[in-house]
Parts: sequence; structure tokens; C-alpha cells
Amino acid sequence: MRTLSYAQAISEALVIGMRENSKVFITGIGVDYPVGVFGTTKEAFDEFGRSRVFDSPSMENALTGICIGAASMEMRPVLVHHRNDFMFLAFDQMLNLAAKWRYMYGGNAGQVPIVVRGVIGRGWGQGATHSQSLQAPIAHFPGIAVVMPAMPADAKGLILSALKSKSPVVILEHRSLFDITGDVPEGYYETLIGKANVLRLGTDISVVCTSYMVIEAMRAAEFLSRFGISVEVVDIRSIRPIDESTIIKSVMKTGRLIVADTSWVQYGVASEVSALVAEKAFSFLKAPVERIGLPNSPAPSTKVLEEVFYPSANSLQKSITRVLGIPDITTALAPEIDNFKGPY
Amino acid sequence: MQKIGFSVDSLVGSGVKKNWKAIYESLLEIRFTEEMIAENYKDQQMRTAIHLGTGQEGIATSVCANLQVGDSVFSHHRSHNHFLASGGSVFRLIAELYGSQEGCSKGRGGSVHLSHNQDIFFVSTAILGESVSLAVGRALAYKMEKRNNIAVAFFGDAAWEEGVIYESLNFAAIHSLPVLFVCENNMYSTESTFSSRKAPNSEFTDRARSFGVEAIKGDGNNVRDVFNLVAESLVKMRENPFPILIELDTYRWREHVGPNFDHDVGRTFRSKSELEQWQKKDPVKILRDILIGENYFSDFEIKEIERKVLEDVSEQFLRAKHSLKPEVTSLFENAGEV
Repeated sequence: MRTLSYAQAISEALVIGMRENSKVFITGIGVDYPVGVFGTTKEAFDEFGRSRVFDSPSMENALTGICIGAASMEMRPVLVHHRNDFMFLAFDQMLNLAAKWRYMYGGNAGQVPIVVRGVIGRGWGQGATHSQSLQAPIAHFPGIAVVMPAMPADAKGLILSALKSKSPVVILEHRSLFDITGDVPEGYYETLIGKANVLRLGTDISVVCTSYMVIEAMRAAEFLSRFGISVEVVDIRSIRPIDESTIIKSVMKTGRLIVADTSWVQYGVASEVSALVAEKAFSFLKAPVERIGLPNSPAPSTKVLEEVFYPSANSLQKSITRVLGIPDITTALAPEIDNFKGPY
Repeated sequence: MQKIGFSVDSLVGSGVKKNWKAIYESLLEIRFTEEMIAENYKDQQMRTAIHLGTGQEGIATSVCANLQVGDSVFSHHRSHNHFLASGGSVFRLIAELYGSQEGCSKGRGGSVHLSHNQDIFFVSTAILGESVSLAVGRALAYKMEKRNNIAVAFFGDAAWEEGVIYESLNFAAIHSLPVLFVCENNMYSTESTFSSRKAPNSEFTDRARSFGVEAIKGDGNNVRDVFNLVAESLVKMRENPFPILIELDTYRWREHVGPNFDHDVGRTFRSKSELEQWQKKDPVKILRDILIGENYFSDFEIKEIERKVLEDVSEQFLRAKHSLKPEVTSLFENAGEV
């Protein structure tokens, strides 16, 4: 199988999706720039031109409503935000309208399956309003799917799946993932929304994680395997709907759980998954659950504080040994390899 | 009864299906329905916040009478008028208000979330200005699909206080989209007057023009005038898509939300005498006077039309009152992500 970067996989998915369905179009600020949203919309623009890949004014609110209106006529809009933080301006449309459309019109007004892509920032001074991770607030609302692909193959498959969905789908793409590479099948395929993926089998502990934390969890698992610790890594992939059975099954096997998310712990995905396991697999737990995520402050900008703000493979490694009740492995993991050179 | 006709027949061609009888019937249907809701609301069986459109019917009727199959209408919280005028049935509306499975949104929407998809696609939304952007999106799809349809966005004067309006006007102008923005200016936002909402020298039409959107101001109480104004606008818009704003003066007779008159429930901003001034400009009465005064219909014919519409509305209302409620097991119908 050939290898593609995460960004190339997204780009390929959009091109294939647009060939499949002439009603797919892409809009958002700068989607038709030569750099094409970190390289993800350039090929689509080159192939389909400005009639289907077009720039928009800075108007996240109405533009989302416009995409919903177009989707009500069977168009398939893909709305792109360079940072998902800008989606706050579109929450009325996303949560009051798109998420509720099928329900509150009793199914009589059709469906509005908009696809909203939002990029999550991390570090490099992006600070408080360019590095948040909005999965929890969005997934709180029934009727709107939220997916967070970590692997290039899933980025492609979930986009193609989203373009066939009856519901609106929010795809949160982590900026730190854009350059990672992985095997990506050729041609058209869909990755089922609502299905987690056990990326690494293990027997001692389950690390259930989202998006970029999957990469960190895989590094920690690989490292700890050298010390005879067997970590199972479950990539949630889909925040809503959530794949309860894969998570429960993993915890029933290992008896231990760490949930690692890219956002704040409180009221977040880490809390949701912990509650799920407490409700449905409590008797299988051999140790308390730990939640790994952001501490209770906005994201700082200075590098000094960023280093203590973001969780990493190292924090996971410490958490894993703690939950297993074994001494901390003092050998630190090599610092994460982050190719991101800014500015955004 | 074939002596009637549109004064703008030559302009609108074969797309117009309704005649003056149908327009008067539509106007009456709204009036009778709204008043019947007000009458029955006290029974506590319609458990949904109603924003009655009595007094504002003329705009919905005259705009929607100009629409063609495939056009779409987007409305706001005061949505009954537009629902009915664009082809939704009294039965489906009232059944919705009674929380029935047979309601237009199967009892899931309530008064502010109405929908139908007959010849015209219709939805109403509750948050101010939201649906204006939906209309622009529908118009974008019309343009991309090369259809000569029109999307109508009805909104009140308070929607001008929401940012989404400006984003929508700007986008519609940039892409030259076939959106008819219809502002129903009834001067009040709940009970707030313009003094707390708008500088005296700021005109809505000027705001639209500043984005490059053509804007017209008119009286929303004369159905014939509004019909003609809209007809002329739509002919141009269908030929070569572009947006137009029409701002129309109107007055809601009853309270913002609920079945009463403001003066009856001790509210002070809108006095009884103000209401009475506007009731002299009752759109139903104005059209009735035109239709009789200009010999479209005899007095007897008008009364026959009125009797039949009242009979029809009453029959549908009663049937809706006793329509089926949803099964409790259907709570999750259309709720999930798929």
C-alpha cells in the first residue's frame, strides 16, 4: 500500500468526493489560496475551479447558515475553518439548526448534512484562541456527528463517509497531524462514523484516546513495551456517536483505563469515557481511571508554559505506570518530534 | 367570477397560479386561523409559544402569491402567516400547535419550527436572523444548479440588530443571488421601540444599499401594491439573479407572544389608540374595499368567499384539535446521527 501524509489523504478524499458527487462544494476563508488550507484543498481547486472551491468573506455565522440552506437542496457543502476556534461564531447555526433540523421539522424538511472541517492548533505560541479543541461542546448536542481522525487513512475514509451522511458532520483535524504519514488505500472507501479502532493490542491497560493524543499514546505504548508493559491503544475516532462497545470490550480485557484527550479534562471527552466505563464496566476495573488532558487554564503562548500545559507521551507514560501500580520508569521518552514551524 | 385578474399579468406570465380570489382567500385564511388560535389558546391545549401575525398577513400573502413551484420561503418566530401563505395547510399548522403527530413537524417543532415542502419549500426558525442566511444558501444552490427560482427571507425589524443579516446581505450581493429579503417592519422588538435599538437617521434600506443590494420601501398593508411591487422585482430577479430588499411597514395587532392585546394585559408601550390607528389600515379591509369598489366582486360574492373560508378553516381547526398524538416510543425519531 502507498503512504500518504494526513494532509494528502484529506486532499485526496475531497477530490474523490467531488468526482463522486457534483453537488459537493468547498468554501471557507482561503480555500482557493495556492496553499489551500495546509495543502488540503489545492488539488480540489486545481481540478474543479472556483465554481466549486471558493473563498468566503470572514463570516462564520452566516456562511454556516448558507451551507445549511444549500444542503437543504441536496448540495453537499464542505465548510473549512483554519482553526476550529472560529466555529464559536457559527455555533448558533451548527447547534440550533443543523443538529436539530431532521428532528425539529419531524423529518419533513429533509436533511442538512453539511461537513464542517476545523483544524486544532497546539503549541508554537498559538495561544488561548488558536489551539482549543471543540469536540466536547459540539458533541454535547444530539444530531451532529463529531469525528477526530488521527491516522491518514481515517482522515480520508471519514471525509468520504461524512459526504454520504444524513447528519451534519464536524471533522476536527489536528494541525500536528498534517505531516504524519501512513498507509492509505487507493480509490473510494468509507470509514464508518461511530466506530473506534484498536490501533495496538495489549493486555495490561487500555489507553483510549483522541486525535493527536493517539500519536502520543502509540509512542508511550511502544516505549513501555520494552519494559514488558502491554498497552492497548484505542483510537476513538468518532466522538459522537461514540463506539461504546469497543471501549467497554477493551476495558473488560485489560481492567485498567486511561483516557487521553486533546482538550480540557473537566466536562470533556475524557470525563465522558470515564463515566461510560464506570457505568458499564465498573466491576472489571482493577484500578482507578485516569484522565489525561489539558489543565485548567487557557492555553499559554510562551514556550516555557506550553511545556507544562500540553500532555505528551511522557505524561502518558507516568500515568500508565501509576495506574499499573509500578514504579515510574525514570528513563524519559525522547521529546516529541514536532515538525511544526509555525506560524499557524 | 372570471372578471378578476392580476394588474401585472403581462409581467409575471404563466408562473402565477393564484388569482385575486385566491389571494383574498389566502389573506382570510390567515386572519381566521390566527384569531381562532387566539380564541382557543386559553384552553391550555396548545402548549407552544405562539407569535400571532394578525395585522401582518398582507405581506405574507402578497409576497407568496408571486411564487412559483420550486421557490422557497424562510420565516422567523412569527411564522404562521408565511407557512399558510406559501401553501402549508391550516390542519397541519394547528395539529402542530396541538403537539400532534399529524402536525407539520410531527409535534417536534411547535409554533416557531414549522415546515412544509409542497410546491414551495418552507421552514421557520426561532433565533433572530438565522433563517435569512438559510435563504441565501438556498439561493446559492439555485444559482449553482442553474435554476431560476427565488428564495424569500422574511424577517422583522429586530433582525437588523443581528450580525448575521449583514453577513447574509454581503454574501448575496457578492454572488448576485436570487434572494428576496422581506423586512416586515412592525416597529417593535418584543416591546422595545426604535429609541433603544436604532439611531433615528439610520435607514434599513440604506444599510442594504451599502452592501450593493437594491432596496425598496413600501406600505405592507395594501396587498395589491405589495403584490405588484414584488411581481416586478421577481420578474427581474428570475431573468438575471440578484438580491432585492423590500422593507414594508406593518403592525402586529396582538402581543409579541401569546393571544392577548397588549393593552388588555397592562403593557404600556403599545397603546390601544395606536392599535386602533393601525386597524384602520387593516390589510384585509383594504383589499376587500378594492375588490368590491373596483367591481372585482359583488358584495354578495365577497361574503360567500368569506363564509366558505371561515367554514374551511373551522373544519380544519376542529379536525386538527382531535388529531393523533405521537407515540411515546417515537421520542428518538430523527434524533440520532446517521
